Amino acid sequence: MMAKALIIYAHPAHQRSQANQTLLDTIAGIADVTVHDLYEQYPNFHIDVEREQALLLQHDIIVFQHPVYWYNAPALLREWQDLVLVYGFAYGRNSQKLAGKVFWPVLTAGASHSSYSESGINRHSLADFFIAYPQIAHLCGMHYETPYEIFSSRQKTQAAMQDVANGYRDKLIALLAGMTHG
Amino acid sequence: MAETSLMHQALVFLLAAVISVPVASRLGLGSVLGYLSAGAVIGPFAFGFIGTDIGGVMHFAEFGVVMMLFLVGLELQPSLLWRMRVPIVGLGGLQVVLTTVAIAGVAMALDMGWQHATAIGMILALSSTAIVLQTLNEKGLMKNDAGQSAFSVLLFQDIAVIPMLAILPLLAVTDVEHVSAKHGLPGWQGTLLVLAVVSSIVVVGRLVSRHVFRIIAATKLRETFTAMALLLVVGIAVLMEYVGLSPALGTFIAGVVLATSEYRHELEAEVEPFKGLLLALFFISVGASIDFGLFLENPWPILALVVGLVLIKMVILLVLGWGFGMSARSNAIFTFSLAQGGEFAFVLLSFTSSQDILPAAIVEPMGLVVALSMAITPLLFVLNERVVLPKLSGNANVRPTDTIEPHDAEGEAILVGFGRFGQIVGRLLRMNGFNITVLEHDASQVDLVRSFGHKVFYGDASRMELLESAGIANARLLVLAIDDHQRTLETVHQVRRHYPSLRILARAAGRRQAAELLHAGADHVERETFDSALSLGEHALKNLGYRAYQAHRAAMLFKHHDEKNVHALTEVIADEKAFLTMAKQHTADLEKVLHSDDEADAGLQDSGWDRN
Repeated sequence: MMAKALIIYAHPAHQRSQANQTLLDTIAGIADVTVHDLYEQYPNFHIDVEREQALLLQHDIIVFQHPVYWYNAPALLREWQDLVLVYGFAYGRNSQKLAGKVFWPVLTAGASHSSYSESGINRHSLADFFIAYPQIAHLCGMHYETPYEIFSSRQKTQAAMQDVANGYRDKLIALLAGMTHG
Repeated sequence: MAETSLMHQALVFLLAAVISVPVASRLGLGSVLGYLSAGAVIGPFAFGFIGTDIGGVMHFAEFGVVMMLFLVGLELQPSLLWRMRVPIVGLGGLQVVLTTVAIAGVAMALDMGWQHATAIGMILALSSTAIVLQTLNEKGLMKNDAGQSAFSVLLFQDIAVIPMLAILPLLAVTDVEHVSAKHGLPGWQGTLLVLAVVSSIVVVGRLVSRHVFRIIAATKLRETFTAMALLLVVGIAVLMEYVGLSPALGTFIAGVVLATSEYRHELEAEVEPFKGLLLALFFISVGASIDFGLFLENPWPILALVVGLVLIKMVILLVLGWGFGMSARSNAIFTFSLAQGGEFAFVLLSFTSSQDILPAAIVEPMGLVVALSMAITPLLFVLNERVVLPKLSGNANVRPTDTIEPHDAEGEAILVGFGRFGQIVGRLLRMNGFNITVLEHDASQVDLVRSFGHKVFYGDASRMELLESAGIANARLLVLAIDDHQRTLETVHQVRRHYPSLRILARAAGRRQAAELLHAGADHVERETFDSALSLGEHALKNLGYRAYQAHRAAMLFKHHDEKNVHALTEVIADEKAFLTMAKQHTADLEKVLHSDDEADAGLQDSGWDRN
């Protein structure tokens, strides 16, 4: 059995995003990868919880791909977490239905890498702001994969952005291969 | 000179129609009676404003009946017609046979020979397709049980004219040459010809017509299409007359064949006005043909014959309706509607007199009896509606308001109107466990919804007593979901006066009506088509390449902007109402909206979210 990856993608203005468009274009066409575009599926925020849970169960690697807004995920992905990762499905006694899967955040930030440091304007690392993600993985019994962080997303040249996107693709393929063999 | 007199006649006919129909409608008598009485007034036997050649006018106007049956056919899918085969053959066949026998029996009792008696029976068994269908349509009764049964009988009568034309010459007392149809072929060849013509109508209608219509439609000249539609109807009518069939039946078949055609609606639209005018002309000429001189010579015997004819027909219809299991109310409508002589009686009478089957001494008074019986049909409808129906129970349009028991009036919300709009509101509230009291003014809708276990009460909610008995004093909310703007507006005004703090939510047609309702004191108004149009617009944006969420945001921003417009309109509504006519208001409103759109253009862009 080949492992399968689910990219849960949340961007309210995908049409204006350079970084995320390049990322998605680069991973398009890899076998066993499903891109699930939340804002395209649920423009009025009415999330089909059963369908989302079924999708999660069909995949082995769960990727959150989204821009960073106010040190957090876009509103629809926050809503998605509240409704889909519920007690009795994602966590709770004997009901960690996602246990054993890989959870991997892919984050794009407009500000520079250095701004996300003690001396920078944001004063904390990106990982500090997203402290909830490893905890969610822990509570759900999932393996947490170190986030793929992309900074200065609007300042990058197209070539530099493409390099970053290639790194994303290679890591995704490696994860799929690792799950398949191991 | 000929043109002048044609113009003169047209002037008289049109003037009579334009004056008499509104008067008759005002009195609740329907257009048919208006036309008939107008005809009687201007006819040669009263004031004589029109020439004496009423027969000629009537013959021309009968074409309106032909067109009407074409239109009826267009509405009837072949499958629907097939489902009606039992009432058509059973109900229609029995009506024609029983009425013929009964009337012939009476005629023989009046010392007529059996041949004359049978001829009279057949001629008088027919009813007036024109009057009945026009009246039932006007009253919106065509789609219900009574209307469908009446239509079945009329259709069978139209078919029955064919064998009648064949049988009548056999009843001639003096020996005449037997000519059953104009082509003068022997019987079996005639039958083959008829079959060939009918099947060619079906084949041509099915296979050829759409290509022809497509070519014609491609010319984009509307009058060409009109001409084609008329040509089709006239052509079939002429063809049918040639082979000795009823033209009305022929065009009816053509209509049924074309009922599944994609050009059906265009055909309807083109033929409809001609049908309306010709039918009007036909009714006027029936009125004009009433020979008051002949009537005044022997008023009582003629009246006795008219009453006798109507009564015999009514008794037979009543028994048949009962036998076919109609409800009392449907049966009453069915019985009262078909109790007259018909336009085919005139055709058959002139045929019998030309073939010497019946002597003039019988034909003339019979023509008068038929015309009078047609003239009183609208009065019979009125009698039925005002006297008979109110005494019967069952499902029809006239019924008393329901009494609402106190324990039924405990709803937290009162919902007025349970049609397409109110149903959605009502179902949503019920699904969420709210106890609501529903008022609806369409009786058939009430029964339907009730049969699914909903608590729905019949009555007109613009009457304050009904709202009181529905428990408005204790309700938290009033939802007005009817499509009659004036009634909604009145209700808002009234309720506001009596219950200043009750929440009122109302359905509005457009922005002007929404503004009026808000101005009258409604707390919240929804325009009935606004959200669905907006939703469709959102899909349109998506299909033009917008992201789903981008389209959604654009639609929501538009909604916000447009609703602000409606509220702005509310503020100016009181001042300008006095100065502007309705049409001018709409133009002014649209101008204001478009202007405000231009100004808002820049604001309709999202500025949030950077481009990560």
